[in-house]
Amino acid sequence: MFRYYLKLGSLSIRANPALSALMVAAIAIGIGACMSIVTVRHVMSGNPVAHKNDLLYHVQLDNWNPDDPYEDPNEPPEQVTYLDATALHQAGRAFRQTISFKSDRVVQPEGEDARPFQEEVRATTADFFAMFDVPFEYGSGWDASADRAEERVVVLSAAMNQRLFGGEDSVGRMMTMNKEPYRIVGVLSEWRPMPKFYDLNNNPYEGAEEIYTPFSLAISGEWGSSGNNSCWKPLDGAGYEAYLASECIWIQMWVELSSASERDNYMQFLDDYVEQQKALGRFPREVNNRLSTPAEWMVNREVVDDTVNVLLSLAVLFLVVCLLNTIGLLLAKVMRRTSDISLRRALGASKSALFTQYLIEAGMVGIAGGLAGIGMTWLGLRGLENVFSEYDFISYLMTMDWTMVLYAVLLAIVSTLAAALYPTWRACSVSPATTLRIQ
Amino acid sequence: MLNMKKVSKTYRTDTVETHALREFSLTVDEGEFVSVTGPSGSGKTTFLNIAGMLEELTAGTYELDGRDISKLNDKERSKVRNEKIGFIFQSFNLIPELDVFDNIDVPLRYRGFNADERKRRIEKCLDRVGLTSRMKHYPAQLSGGQQQRVAIARALAGEPRFLLADEPTGNLDTNMADSVLDLLAEINDSGTTIIMVTHELTLADRAKRNIFVRDGQISDGPPELHFAAAASA
Repeated sequence: MFRYYLKLGSLSIRANPALSALMVAAIAIGIGACMSIVTVRHVMSGNPVAHKNDLLYHVQLDNWNPDDPYEDPNEPPEQVTYLDATALHQAGRAFRQTISFKSDRVVQPEGEDARPFQEEVRATTADFFAMFDVPFEYGSGWDASADRAEERVVVLSAAMNQRLFGGEDSVGRMMTMNKEPYRIVGVLSEWRPMPKFYDLNNNPYEGAEEIYTPFSLAISGEWGSSGNNSCWKPLDGAGYEAYLASECIWIQMWVELSSASERDNYMQFLDDYVEQQKALGRFPREVNNRLSTPAEWMVNREVVDDTVNVLLSLAVLFLVVCLLNTIGLLLAKVMRRTSDISLRRALGASKSALFTQYLIEAGMVGIAGGLAGIGMTWLGLRGLENVFSEYDFISYLMTMDWTMVLYAVLLAIVSTLAAALYPTWRACSVSPATTLRIQ
Repeated sequence: MLNMKKVSKTYRTDTVETHALREFSLTVDEGEFVSVTGPSGSGKTTFLNIAGMLEELTAGTYELDGRDISKLNDKERSKVRNEKIGFIFQSFNLIPELDVFDNIDVPLRYRGFNADERKRRIEKCLDRVGLTSRMKHYPAQLSGGQQQRVAIARALAGEPRFLLADEPTGNLDTNMADSVLDLLAEINDSGTTIIMVTHELTLADRAKRNIFVRDGQISDGPPELHFAAAASA
């Protein structure tokens, strides 16, 4: 009977092209508005390392002002000091660990006519690439010995390699930053974690850095941070050494544990470390360390702005309004067909058979609305992209993946079926005798 | 076969109560051709709707082939309607979007027959009403008489025990009406019980038994007297 119902649905849709088109349009517009915002939120709330979510942890230590928490009610700072970052990194108690910060350098491309340009650089440690499953096109990251030796090596993004070397395998070649030579050891494949979970301090959607160098090299070169930098008390002295010895927080620290069950052990290690530091006169607040998975960390930092949630609510309301219109149109359509319904009842169709028939027809309208809704969503995303075109990362937020396409069609079908329930029930409740007599 | 005892049907609105049938009792045996006549509003169509299980009765009992219809749920009633009853309507009630073949196919679909069986039955019925050549025509492409023949073919396709015909010639000219009545008589001769509602006495004469309904009840005496009485009132 399913194929028969499909045939009847198709005939019905073709018999009322204007009404059917109106219904499809109403659903498509509602789905388009809703899915545009859902898609943006989906990308914003994505977890690029979901597959390792229970192994990766962001580290927080509360070294802050004893009289004033870093954030109410009692949040520890989101970054750590140089002292703590290097101590914890050198302790090496996790399966992998990385400390990093964002800086910027002036890159001098090869060629006499090439103009230098400023570029963001991530100063990090060897484990960064393995911990975050960073993909390589050529070569690899550096190893721990390069960290220790402060080797002058770099890893380039695919885009930077394209810009400097036309996309060729540049491993082993040299590049210049701030007039100093660096040897290229690796080139990444396309990698744009969205959001940039490992450093949410500035713009979570700005994309990964284009150049990576050893953390130790950056420190020995006295590089400053171009990311967030907060201090709760004045530095004891002047210069870079005083900055490194200060309680200023500016370094992001992540660890990878061998299993989720190691979380308690590592937390105990952090607590012991802080107690040890307290004995040395640091960490004036209560022990308040945190280990957060990437997902927990992104929620903590409110990566998805409240505005997006408000927009999503409005979009869902708009979809509801469109569905109310669809209910009206469906009602008009089925009530026009009471004679058909009554006749089928007289010829032996049960109410449930007719209910199924009309729901399948509504489902077909829903599928058409969903497919048209995908087009409307694409238009909506392009519209949003144009409105916010001054942000270079915006196109990455306005991307529909297959999951979203599937969601759009499913949402359309479910919504249309929900909208069809009342009209179909009304139609099936009509007394066949009344309608057949009227004719 | 069909046995109604003291059947009543009352339509109620907030302000009005209309008694369409009052303690209506009737027995129709297998193979009968019964005409039901009466003035407008007498309750004959209501009787037909209740007989066809298109309406619930308010009081009384209705047994079809020994089964108390009032005790059946919607699915069971639909099944009985599909298997035992064929309907013929005054306005044919063909589905305009479906061709002749697919119109006759409708009750067979609900019966659950496979495609071969449905095709066999449809072709047999179309042959019986003389419209095999019009199988792929749409209702709008047929004359009124042809449309009613398609409706009769549709009613016969399920090989029902009895046909309920509501003014089957009401929308046809005399020649076409005669042709349809000839067909109904032939169907009855082959063993199918027919109950036909009509307000035309000449058509009712074609039936083997006439019933006159007035004020929701069966009246005694020949129909002519009642029509005359109604006309002079």
